[in-house]
Amino acid sequence: MATDESRFETAREAREAAAARAGIAVRPEFQPNSGLAAREKVFELKGIDVLYNGVAAVKDISLDVHRNDVTALIGPSGCGKSTLLRCLNRMNDLIPGAEVRGELLYHGEDLYGPTVDPVQVRKLIGMVFQKPNPFPKSIYDNVAFGPRILGRKDNLDAAVERALRGAALWEEVKDRLSDNAFGLSGGQQQRLCIARCIAVEPDTILMDEPCSALDPISTGKIEDLMIELKKEFSIVIVTHNMQQAARVSDRTAFLMVELDADEQSRWGRLVEYDETERIFTNPADSRTEDYVSGKVG
Amino acid sequence: MAEPGAAAARNRLAAAGARATTLAMLREQPRGDVIRNTLFAGLLLLSVLIALAGLVALLIQAFAKGSSALSPDLFTNPPSTAFPERAGFRPAIIGSLELIVGVILFVVPVGIGAALYLEEYADKTRWWNRLIEVNIQNLAAVPSIIYGILGLAFIVRGPLDLGFILAAGSLTLALLVLPMVIIAAREAIRAVPDSIRQGSLALGATKWQTIRSQVLPASVPGIATGVILAVSRALGETAPLLLVGATVFVTFDPTPFSPDGYSAMPVQIFNYAVRPQEEFQALAAAGIIVMLVVLLAMNSFAIWLRNRYEQRW
Repeated sequence: MATDESRFETAREAREAAAARAGIAVRPEFQPNSGLAAREKVFELKGIDVLYNGVAAVKDISLDVHRNDVTALIGPSGCGKSTLLRCLNRMNDLIPGAEVRGELLYHGEDLYGPTVDPVQVRKLIGMVFQKPNPFPKSIYDNVAFGPRILGRKDNLDAAVERALRGAALWEEVKDRLSDNAFGLSGGQQQRLCIARCIAVEPDTILMDEPCSALDPISTGKIEDLMIELKKEFSIVIVTHNMQQAARVSDRTAFLMVELDADEQSRWGRLVEYDETERIFTNPADSRTEDYVSGKVG
Repeated sequence: MAEPGAAAARNRLAAAGARATTLAMLREQPRGDVIRNTLFAGLLLLSVLIALAGLVALLIQAFAKGSSALSPDLFTNPPSTAFPERAGFRPAIIGSLELIVGVILFVVPVGIGAALYLEEYADKTRWWNRLIEVNIQNLAAVPSIIYGILGLAFIVRGPLDLGFILAAGSLTLALLVLPMVIIAAREAIRAVPDSIRQGSLALGATKWQTIRSQVLPASVPGIATGVILAVSRALGETAPLLLVGATVFVTFDPTPFSPDGYSAMPVQIFNYAVRPQEEFQALAAAGIIVMLVVLLAMNSFAIWLRNRYEQRW
């Protein structure tokens, strides 16, 4: 009980600090429960629709993302996994014509509320992309970019080292921090992008198919890293690879493409969301079973 | 059973025959193809030679005439109408240098600013932004004498009313090369992949932080190349300068805001070239050599810069 209590305290403090930084007022009535139910919710999606120029890309998604979980979004191409992921840190705001409907709570607070600044949101909710996208700068400057724009210029060296260690990259690059990041291998570049992300000290990391451009060994390293990172962060990962979801995630959401009656338009819909083990061994929905067993692609 | 067997044998024979024909064709190239290929390559080579011939003729003539007049005195002596053996380009060289410094001071911030607006901020679905784009493309093709008239009407006289000073000439040249700089800077900015912008924004950087810290540094080599090429164009321009005051015969070092007049290299060369005496002709040719060397050096530097720092994404 004592450990639960202490974890609850730190979690709450972290949440309040995070919310304060984002300019979000914490609702006084929002308090996590104790015991097992204390699995605090990071995101609560309630009937989320995402539209591009008025056309729905995903419809009516409702799910909760829990703290310190790896939550996987799986499903066939075009089912809106990435679209859904990009709602969570308001990256969709950058696409002209994109619109999010429904209620999206982040630590109990409306992420799309009128007073919420998307720039602040992205400081709390980091993102790693499908293709490694290091900046054309030195390894050090890549990691230091986040702290620098946040104005945290003291102990920059220590912050860079901590982030690189956190991304399991420090030993490989400690002697060449001033080399250009483009000289790293693809897997190292992706871990550098993860280091860059955690240097900002977010509380959640979104990963959009982070291993799809990598070889199996690099993929294994990133998967190990995710399991390590979830002690400190909450992770939402989009993956095309079902085995990857099974290996690293605690909970899995399966999305599918749905067509309208005359097959003119298509959108993504959530079929099932449950503990990963259940999704892969004993899913409730036959469509999930067909997908995870490889009967349909 | 015999029937399909025979058919198969026939097919095998036919296939063998076709293969033999193809193999034979490997060794013989149709004569018509050879002639056409050679002719076409020859025509293309001719095009290159015609393009080069003009430059080579200019170089030969300039060196033949001007090499005798080439001396350090060219750079240190003022021009003279009476003593061609002592005449030089000093005021014109200083004038040209001051002109291009002014051009750079104006064109770098304004050109990059305009390019950033058009690439990063302008909503391309709006008609006015498309209108601006088309106009900038067109401005790059407007004859330079038109810019001279513009400079005379709006900078020397009219709204700005600066008078016939070097700064007015500088501003006129800057307007002339501004479209070139904008176009080059836009291309450099567009070459920065969106994944870099997204990576930066996803870390919580603002749009301006993203542009300042990621987009601009990554496009500096391309922008610098464009600026150098624009400056070398400005350095060689004569027509607009004739209209905005660089026609005065000056024997002193010009200053940017002095109303006493100024000169520039191409204008001074023109000044010497129109004189009948042989010595002045040689002096003009020497001036051309100096100009060509400077322009060639600047353009080579621009190409080197582009190749050296070009980012391969």
